[in-house]
Amino acid sequence: MTTTMETTVTTQVYRVYIKARPEAIWNAITDPAWTDRYGYGGRAAYDLRPGGAYRLLASEARCSMGAPDVAVDGEVIEADPPRKLVQTWRLAMDPESAAEGFTRLTYEIEEGKGGVTKLTVIHELEGAPKLAALVAGGMEDEGAGGGWSWVLSDLKTLLETGEAFQGRVEPAVPNEGSLDPINGEVTLRICSEVGLGEK
Amino acid sequence: MTDDDRVFKALADPTRRFLLDRLFVRDGRTLTELESELEMTRFGVMKHLRLLEDASLVVTRRSGREKLHFLNPVPIRLIHDRWIDKYTERRVSALAELKHGLEEEMA
Repeated sequence: MTTTMETTVTTQVYRVYIKARPEAIWNAITDPAWTDRYGYGGRAAYDLRPGGAYRLLASEARCSMGAPDVAVDGEVIEADPPRKLVQTWRLAMDPESAAEGFTRLTYEIEEGKGGVTKLTVIHELEGAPKLAALVAGGMEDEGAGGGWSWVLSDLKTLLETGEAFQGRVEPAVPNEGSLDPINGEVTLRICSEVGLGEK
Repeated sequence: MTDDDRVFKALADPTRRFLLDRLFVRDGRTLTELESELEMTRFGVMKHLRLLEDASLVVTRRSGREKLHFLNPVPIRLIHDRWIDKYTERRVSALAELKHGLEEEMA
Protein backbone atom coordinates (compact mmCIF):
# COMPACT_ATOMS: atom_id res chain seq x y z
CA MET A 1 0.00 0.00 0.00
CA THR A 2 2.74 2.40 1.00
CA THR A 3 4.59 1.65 -2.23
CA THR A 4 1.55 2.48 -4.33
CA MET A 5 1.07 5.77 -2.53
CA GLU A 6 4.70 6.70 -3.14
CA THR A 7 4.51 5.93 -6.85
CA THR A 8 1.24 7.69 -7.37
CA VAL A 9 2.19 10.96 -5.78
CA THR A 10 5.53 11.25 -7.48
CA THR A 11 4.61 10.16 -11.01
CA GLN A 12 3.17 12.65 -13.48
CA VAL A 13 1.37 11.59 -16.65
CA TYR A 14 0.73 13.84 -19.64
CA ARG A 15 -1.06 12.99 -22.87
CA VAL A 16 -1.61 14.84 -26.11
CA TYR A 17 -3.14 13.84 -29.45
CA ILE A 18 -1.27 15.19 -32.45
CA LYS A 19 -2.22 15.09 -36.12
CA ALA A 20 1.14 13.75 -37.24
CA ARG A 21 2.90 10.48 -38.04
CA PRO A 22 4.57 8.64 -35.12
CA GLU A 23 7.91 9.13 -36.92
CA ALA A 24 7.41 12.91 -36.94
CA ILE A 25 6.79 12.88 -33.20
CA TRP A 26 9.80 10.64 -32.62
CA ASN A 27 11.96 13.09 -34.59
CA ALA A 28 10.54 16.04 -32.70
CA ILE A 29 11.75 14.41 -29.48
CA THR A 30 15.13 13.12 -30.62
CA ASP A 31 16.32 15.32 -33.50
CA PRO A 32 18.21 18.48 -32.42
CA ALA A 33 16.87 20.49 -35.36
CA TRP A 34 13.37 19.84 -33.98
CA THR A 35 13.96 19.98 -30.24
CA ASP A 36 15.11 23.58 -30.51
CA ARG A 37 11.82 24.67 -32.03
CA TYR A 38 9.31 24.18 -29.21
CA GLY A 39 8.97 24.43 -25.45
CA TYR A 40 12.22 25.31 -23.71
CA GLY A 41 14.19 24.73 -26.89
CA GLY A 42 17.74 23.44 -26.83
CA ARG A 43 19.32 20.82 -29.03
CA ALA A 44 19.04 17.18 -28.02
CA ALA A 45 21.95 14.79 -28.50
CA TYR A 46 20.90 11.16 -28.11
CA ASP A 47 22.89 7.97 -28.39
CA LEU A 48 19.76 5.91 -28.99
CA ARG A 49 20.64 2.57 -27.42
CA PRO A 50 20.48 1.19 -23.88
CA GLY A 51 23.17 2.89 -21.81
CA GLY A 52 23.67 5.60 -24.45
CA ALA A 53 24.20 9.19 -23.38
CA TYR A 54 21.59 11.93 -23.57
CA ARG A 55 22.29 15.65 -23.41
CA LEU A 56 20.15 18.67 -24.07
CA LEU A 57 22.32 21.59 -25.05
CA ALA A 58 21.08 25.00 -24.03
CA SER A 59 19.39 27.00 -26.77
CA GLU A 60 21.30 29.93 -28.23
CA ALA A 61 19.15 32.43 -26.40
CA ARG A 62 19.98 30.80 -23.08
CA CYS A 63 23.64 30.40 -24.06
CA SER A 64 23.91 34.10 -24.71
CA MET A 65 22.40 34.75 -21.29
CA GLY A 66 25.27 32.78 -19.81
CA ALA A 67 23.43 29.53 -19.09
CA PRO A 68 25.48 26.34 -18.81
CA ASP A 69 25.97 24.45 -22.08
CA VAL A 70 24.35 21.25 -20.87
CA ALA A 71 20.80 22.00 -19.76
CA VAL A 72 19.69 18.42 -19.20
CA ASP A 73 21.57 15.13 -19.00
CA GLY A 74 20.70 11.47 -18.65
CA GLU A 75 21.00 8.02 -20.15
CA VAL A 76 18.90 6.02 -22.60
CA ILE A 77 17.27 2.93 -21.05
CA GLU A 78 15.16 1.73 -23.98
CA ALA A 79 14.81 3.08 -27.51
CA ASP A 80 12.20 1.56 -29.81
CA PRO A 81 11.65 4.07 -32.63
CA PRO A 82 9.07 5.39 -33.27
CA ARG A 83 7.09 3.83 -30.41
CA LYS A 84 8.85 4.08 -27.10
CA LEU A 85 11.73 5.91 -25.47
CA VAL A 86 12.73 5.37 -21.85
CA GLN A 87 15.54 7.38 -20.32
CA THR A 88 16.87 8.99 -17.18
CA TRP A 89 16.57 12.76 -16.97
CA ARG A 90 18.20 15.39 -14.78
CA LEU A 91 17.99 19.16 -15.00
CA ALA A 92 21.75 19.70 -14.94
CA MET A 93 21.60 23.48 -15.40
CA ASP A 94 19.87 24.03 -12.04
CA PRO A 95 22.16 22.99 -9.14
CA GLU A 96 19.26 22.49 -6.73
CA SER A 97 17.34 20.13 -8.96
CA ALA A 98 20.53 18.48 -10.24
CA ALA A 99 21.22 17.55 -6.60
CA GLU A 100 17.91 15.65 -6.53
CA GLY A 101 19.46 13.15 -8.92
CA PHE A 102 18.16 11.38 -12.01
CA THR A 103 14.46 10.87 -12.69
CA ARG A 104 12.90 8.41 -15.12
CA LEU A 105 11.12 9.61 -18.23
CA THR A 106 9.07 7.54 -20.70
CA TYR A 107 7.65 8.65 -24.03
CA GLU A 108 4.97 6.40 -25.54
CA ILE A 109 3.90 7.06 -29.11
CA GLU A 110 0.83 5.23 -30.40
CA GLU A 111 -0.71 5.58 -33.85
CA GLY A 112 -4.46 6.09 -33.78
CA LYS A 113 -7.27 6.59 -36.28
CA GLY A 114 -7.41 9.35 -38.89
CA GLY A 115 -3.73 10.24 -38.81
CA VAL A 116 -3.83 11.23 -35.16
CA THR A 117 -1.07 9.93 -32.92
CA LYS A 118 -1.25 9.65 -29.14
CA LEU A 119 1.81 10.82 -27.23
CA THR A 120 2.03 9.98 -23.53
CA VAL A 121 4.78 11.29 -21.28
CA ILE A 122 5.31 9.56 -17.93
CA HIS A 123 7.73 11.32 -15.62
CA GLU A 124 8.66 9.39 -12.47
CA LEU A 125 9.88 11.99 -10.02
CA GLU A 126 10.59 10.08 -6.87
CA GLY A 127 12.87 12.07 -4.57
CA ALA A 128 12.77 15.14 -6.83
CA PRO A 129 10.18 17.56 -5.37
CA LYS A 130 11.79 20.68 -6.85
CA LEU A 131 11.86 19.22 -10.34
CA ALA A 132 8.32 17.86 -9.87
CA ALA A 133 7.03 21.37 -9.17
CA LEU A 134 8.92 22.74 -12.15
CA VAL A 135 7.74 20.18 -14.71
CA ALA A 136 4.17 20.49 -13.41
CA GLY A 137 4.34 24.18 -14.35
CA GLY A 138 4.17 25.30 -10.72
CA MET A 139 7.00 27.79 -11.18
CA GLU A 140 5.69 29.51 -14.30
CA ASP A 141 5.21 32.82 -12.49
CA GLU A 142 8.92 32.82 -11.67
CA GLY A 143 9.73 32.55 -15.35
CA ALA A 144 10.47 28.82 -15.31
CA GLY A 145 8.01 28.03 -18.09
CA GLY A 146 4.86 25.96 -17.94
CA GLY A 147 6.41 22.50 -17.65
CA TRP A 148 5.24 19.46 -19.60
CA SER A 149 1.74 20.77 -20.46
CA TRP A 150 3.28 23.84 -21.98
CA VAL A 151 5.95 21.86 -23.86
CA LEU A 152 3.41 19.37 -25.26
CA SER A 153 0.93 22.08 -26.21
CA ASP A 154 3.71 23.87 -28.07
CA LEU A 155 4.89 20.63 -29.73
CA LYS A 156 1.36 19.95 -30.97
CA THR A 157 1.10 23.45 -32.42
CA LEU A 158 4.48 23.12 -34.12
CA LEU A 159 3.75 19.74 -35.73
CA GLU A 160 0.24 20.66 -36.81
CA THR A 161 0.84 24.20 -38.05
CA GLY A 162 4.57 24.32 -38.68
CA GLU A 163 4.92 27.14 -36.23
CA ALA A 164 5.46 26.97 -32.50
CA PHE A 165 3.39 28.99 -30.07
CA GLN A 166 6.51 30.87 -29.08
CA GLY A 167 7.09 31.87 -32.70
CA ARG A 168 10.62 30.58 -32.55
CA VAL A 169 12.53 30.48 -35.83
CA GLU A 170 15.03 27.98 -37.10
CA PRO A 171 18.42 28.99 -35.68
CA ALA A 172 20.90 30.22 -38.26
CA VAL A 173 23.96 28.75 -36.53
CA PRO A 174 23.98 25.02 -35.88
CA ASN A 175 24.97 24.12 -32.34
CA GLU A 176 24.14 20.45 -32.07
CA GLY A 177 26.09 17.79 -30.32
CA SER A 178 27.11 15.01 -32.64
CA LEU A 179 27.53 11.32 -32.03
CA ASP A 180 30.89 9.77 -32.55
CA PRO A 181 29.96 6.73 -34.67
CA ILE A 182 32.91 4.70 -33.35
CA ASN A 183 32.62 4.87 -29.59
CA GLY A 184 29.14 6.33 -29.44
CA GLU A 185 30.19 9.19 -27.22
CA VAL A 186 28.45 12.47 -27.46
CA THR A 187 30.72 15.27 -28.53
CA LEU A 188 29.47 18.59 -27.30
CA ARG A 189 29.89 21.71 -29.26
CA ILE A 190 29.76 24.42 -26.69
CA CYS A 191 28.24 27.86 -26.95
CA SER A 192 31.55 29.70 -27.04
CA GLU A 193 32.76 27.70 -30.05
CA VAL A 194 30.06 29.18 -32.20
CA GLY A 195 30.61 32.60 -30.77
CA LEU A 196 27.43 32.74 -28.75
CA GLY A 197 28.85 32.41 -25.26
CA GLU A 198 30.59 35.77 -25.22
CA LYS A 199 29.33 39.12 -24.07
CA MET B 1 -17.60 16.55 -31.50
CA THR B 2 -14.19 18.22 -31.51
CA ASP B 3 -11.54 17.74 -28.80
CA ASP B 4 -12.39 21.16 -27.35
CA ASP B 5 -16.11 20.28 -27.23
CA ARG B 6 -15.31 17.16 -25.24
CA VAL B 7 -13.18 19.15 -22.79
CA PHE B 8 -15.82 21.83 -22.22
CA LYS B 9 -18.54 19.22 -21.90
CA ALA B 10 -16.48 17.28 -19.36
CA LEU B 11 -15.75 20.44 -17.36
CA ALA B 12 -19.38 21.56 -17.40
CA ASP B 13 -20.29 19.20 -14.58
CA PRO B 14 -19.59 19.85 -10.85
CA THR B 15 -18.98 16.16 -10.03
CA ARG B 16 -16.39 15.88 -12.76
CA ARG B 17 -14.68 19.08 -11.62
CA PHE B 18 -14.67 17.67 -8.09
CA LEU B 19 -12.95 14.50 -9.36
CA LEU B 20 -10.30 16.62 -11.12
CA ASP B 21 -9.84 18.66 -7.92
CA ARG B 22 -9.22 15.46 -5.95
CA LEU B 23 -6.64 14.32 -8.49
CA PHE B 24 -5.00 17.72 -8.43
CA VAL B 25 -4.49 17.39 -4.67
CA ARG B 26 -3.16 13.87 -5.04
CA ASP B 27 -2.64 12.23 -8.38
CA GLY B 28 -2.81 8.57 -9.35
CA ARG B 29 -5.87 7.38 -7.42
CA THR B 30 -7.90 4.20 -7.84
CA LEU B 31 -11.63 4.14 -8.57
CA THR B 32 -12.25 2.88 -5.02
CA GLU B 33 -10.45 5.89 -3.52
CA LEU B 34 -12.29 8.38 -5.72
CA GLU B 35 -15.62 6.70 -5.10
CA SER B 36 -15.18 6.94 -1.30
CA GLU B 37 -15.25 10.75 -1.54
CA LEU B 38 -18.54 10.95 -3.42
CA GLU B 39 -22.12 10.19 -2.48
CA MET B 40 -22.63 8.22 -5.64
CA THR B 41 -22.73 4.66 -6.89
CA ARG B 42 -19.57 3.08 -8.25
CA PHE B 43 -21.26 2.92 -11.63
CA GLY B 44 -22.01 6.65 -11.52
CA VAL B 45 -18.41 7.54 -10.70
CA MET B 46 -17.19 5.26 -13.50
CA LYS B 47 -19.45 7.05 -15.96
CA HIS B 48 -18.02 10.43 -14.98
CA LEU B 49 -14.46 9.12 -15.15
CA ARG B 50 -15.12 7.74 -18.61
CA LEU B 51 -16.22 11.18 -19.85
CA LEU B 52 -13.11 12.72 -18.31
CA GLU B 53 -11.01 10.05 -20.04
CA ASP B 54 -12.75 10.68 -23.38
CA ALA B 55 -11.79 14.33 -23.04
CA SER B 56 -8.27 13.21 -22.13
CA LEU B 57 -8.47 15.15 -18.85
CA VAL B 58 -7.86 11.90 -17.03
CA VAL B 59 -5.33 9.30 -18.15
CA THR B 60 -5.34 5.83 -16.61
CA ARG B 61 -2.34 3.55 -16.13
CA ARG B 62 -2.03 0.07 -14.71
CA SER B 63 0.20 -0.45 -11.71
CA GLY B 64 0.20 -4.11 -10.74
CA ARG B 65 -3.42 -5.06 -10.18
CA GLU B 66 -4.56 -1.48 -9.80
CA LYS B 67 -5.82 1.00 -12.35
CA LEU B 68 -4.65 4.48 -11.41
CA HIS B 69 -6.22 7.74 -12.55
CA PHE B 70 -4.00 10.71 -13.38
CA LEU B 71 -5.02 14.29 -14.04
CA ASN B 72 -3.84 15.34 -17.50
CA PRO B 73 -3.69 19.16 -17.71
CA VAL B 74 -2.62 19.29 -21.37
CA PRO B 75 -6.13 19.81 -22.88
CA ILE B 76 -6.67 22.77 -20.53
CA ARG B 77 -3.25 24.13 -21.47
CA LEU B 78 -4.20 23.89 -25.16
CA ILE B 79 -7.28 26.01 -24.49
CA HIS B 80 -5.18 28.44 -22.44
CA ASP B 81 -2.54 28.77 -25.16
CA ARG B 82 -5.19 29.40 -27.78
CA TRP B 83 -6.24 32.71 -26.26
CA ILE B 84 -3.42 33.71 -23.93
CA ASP B 85 -0.06 34.37 -25.56
CA LYS B 86 3.21 34.80 -23.77
CA TYR B 87 2.82 38.59 -23.66
CA THR B 88 -0.58 38.57 -21.97
CA GLU B 89 0.46 35.67 -19.74
CA ARG B 90 2.18 37.81 -17.13
CA ARG B 91 -0.71 40.27 -16.80
CA VAL B 92 -3.25 37.47 -16.59
CA SER B 93 -1.34 35.63 -13.88
CA ALA B 94 -0.68 38.88 -11.97
CA LEU B 95 -4.42 39.60 -11.86
CA ALA B 96 -5.23 36.01 -10.85
CA GLU B 97 -2.68 36.30 -8.04
CA LEU B 98 -4.14 39.61 -6.90
CA LYS B 99 -7.61 38.05 -6.75
CA HIS B 100 -6.28 35.11 -4.70
CA GLY B 101 -4.41 37.41 -2.33
CA LEU B 102 -7.31 39.77 -1.71
CA GLU B 103 -9.83 36.98 -1.24
CA GLU B 104 -7.58 35.22 1.21
CA GLU B 105 -7.23 38.44 3.20
CA MET B 106 -11.01 38.76 3.40
CA ALA B 107 -11.55 35.18 4.47
